[in-house]
Amino acid sequence: MKQITRLGLGLLLSSSLVTAHADDVKIGMITTLSGGGSHLGVDVRDGFMLALEQSGRDDVEVLIQDDARRPDLARSLSNEFMQRDKVDILTGIIWSNLAMAVVPSVVRQGTFYLSPNAGPSDLAGRMCHENYFNVAYQNDNLHGAMGAYMRKEGYEHPIIMAPNYPAGTDALAGFKHLYEGEVVGELYTQMGQTDYAAEIAQIRDSDADSLFFFLPGGMGISFMKQWESSGVEMPIFGAAFSFDEILIKAVGSAAIGARNTSLWAYDLENEANDRFVEGFQATYSRMPTLYAAQGYDTANLILSALETAHPDDKDAFREALRAADFDSVRGEFRFGPNQHPIQDIYVREVVEGDDGEPTNRLMGIAVEDIQDVYFEQCQM
Amino acid sequence: MSVTLLIEQLLNGVQLGTMLFLMASGLTLVFGVMGLINLAHGSFYMVGAYATATVTASTGSFLLGLGAGIAAAALVGALVELLVIRRLYHRPHLDQVLATFALILIFSEGTRWIFGSSPLWLSPPSWLTGFVTLPGDTRYPIYRLVLIGMGIAISIALYLLISRTRLGMRIRAGESDREMIGALGVNISKLYTLVFALGAGLAGLAGALVGALQSVQVGMGEPVLILAFVVIVIGGIGSIKGALLGALLVGIVDTLGRVYLPIFFQAFMPPSEATGVGSALAAMLIYILMAVILAFKPKGLFSAHD
Repeated sequence: MKQITRLGLGLLLSSSLVTAHADDVKIGMITTLSGGGSHLGVDVRDGFMLALEQSGRDDVEVLIQDDARRPDLARSLSNEFMQRDKVDILTGIIWSNLAMAVVPSVVRQGTFYLSPNAGPSDLAGRMCHENYFNVAYQNDNLHGAMGAYMRKEGYEHPIIMAPNYPAGTDALAGFKHLYEGEVVGELYTQMGQTDYAAEIAQIRDSDADSLFFFLPGGMGISFMKQWESSGVEMPIFGAAFSFDEILIKAVGSAAIGARNTSLWAYDLENEANDRFVEGFQATYSRMPTLYAAQGYDTANLILSALETAHPDDKDAFREALRAADFDSVRGEFRFGPNQHPIQDIYVREVVEGDDGEPTNRLMGIAVEDIQDVYFEQCQM
Repeated sequence: MSVTLLIEQLLNGVQLGTMLFLMASGLTLVFGVMGLINLAHGSFYMVGAYATATVTASTGSFLLGLGAGIAAAALVGALVELLVIRRLYHRPHLDQVLATFALILIFSEGTRWIFGSSPLWLSPPSWLTGFVTLPGDTRYPIYRLVLIGMGIAISIALYLLISRTRLGMRIRAGESDREMIGALGVNISKLYTLVFALGAGLAGLAGALVGALQSVQVGMGEPVLILAFVVIVIGGIGSIKGALLGALLVGIVDTLGRVYLPIFFQAFMPPSEATGVGSALAAMLIYILMAVILAFKPKGLFSAHD
């Protein structure tokens, strides 16, 4: 609560005071802080602000606005930020459909945009732009990595399931791309579906030896709980979006044993990550999710580029961003030619933590140096 | 395609149907007796689930939680009737829709304000988890069987309440002629509050039971509310019997459609396209069902106001 008040105060102050120095840097953050899936936006914001706080810089000003997961609102907020507040950099958007509504026009108008989460294929491929950087992942990465991992582990007959909407079909396509084998079945569920009895019966009836699913948010919680009591014994796999630290607490024991791919894990051992996880827990008294890690990395990338150039000098600042000369919490991090990450994707397993609550434990690397398949379509 | 799969899916359909009936019966009673369209019925579903999750978490007893969920939903229902709904009976339906839609927003934001936006944890008690093996080697979760049993028990109880008790007599009288029952000296406002609280309590029970199976979160009531409206339109507005039949019909058609339509299309389409087309059509199936039924029976299967 104190944090929110402080941020709110900061917002009020920042919009009323016009005394900022000329060489100060203004960052506009549009993210989802209310409505369904708001824990993603809250974590991106908190991770981002933690990095700024740890850097001790007082010449970087962050303006934060809630998009309530509405594309139209996100778009008008981006216009406000660019025209009224004259921000140098925009960031924060969680959802791919919102990113598609906002990012293309922002980068065309010469403002930098750094994505802390959404990575739709169009922005990685034919609509890529020199002012657009993705610091999180391309949407296919985690699903594809799981496909490769399951192949490597010797699962021969997976059944795969996702909601029937663009990100869902993309997820299954991404999985199949790197799985490189036959899947025994593809199930498409309805968006926002809460009862999975019919799907579970079909999975039981199939000859599958494993299940891969992409059911973000509340859908995943419902499915996992119903899966547990169904008596179907089959290993389950997914991307981290269904298994972040907040969601698996709501799922409870049903999540134990599930394996998921992530670009980051809190028990990943490197100096930057120790500093991040400790700092986050001390400041916000909860375990960070991958979204917080992505927000933290985004802020640190910006800070590293500011060391060499000011965003007013666009070419120099862009070069500094491309260099990605910062200590990422996920270990090695570099940009591909389309300014999307080339990075290792890890596998985590959900286990019972010391407090009896489920938590993720790092198992190893699923795919090293994964890169999206769209960079060839990108002409910059 | 095996027989066990069909049996299991039929059970799933019946289970969905009985839970829809708990929602729809309250909705149809309120409409039948008071002539009120209540969009906020889904909020009582949510209140029941949140109260159950909170009490279960603090006492460790699911049954206590369930009782608290029903009580909380009924209490909130009674309060809402006294404070808001009472002023709407003589207003046109559009005003009722507007006011009860406002209630949805107030309940959703209020719940978010109190409990936060992360879903709450609620699971069936350990003695209800696991599965039983039915004849034909079908494994079926115990909890879902219990839901079916409870749905049937509540249907019978509601039937007895409405056909055998004084309260039920008044409800029936209210359904057939609202003005007359008031003129005969029945305390109509007390009856209204009671019926509204009963409907809310049933919605709360449904929310609690289903919440343990799915997830307890803000806005969980609205998707169910839409289905419940379909149910009462199919069944005939104001009719409990219609609500029961409509609920079972919607539950079974929806479940079987989701499973068998994609399989049906695979007979003459490549698999990935077939699942896409089949799932899309399955999502529309109950609305097609509703349209067909209304084409032949414009007032639904059993209309209370013929």
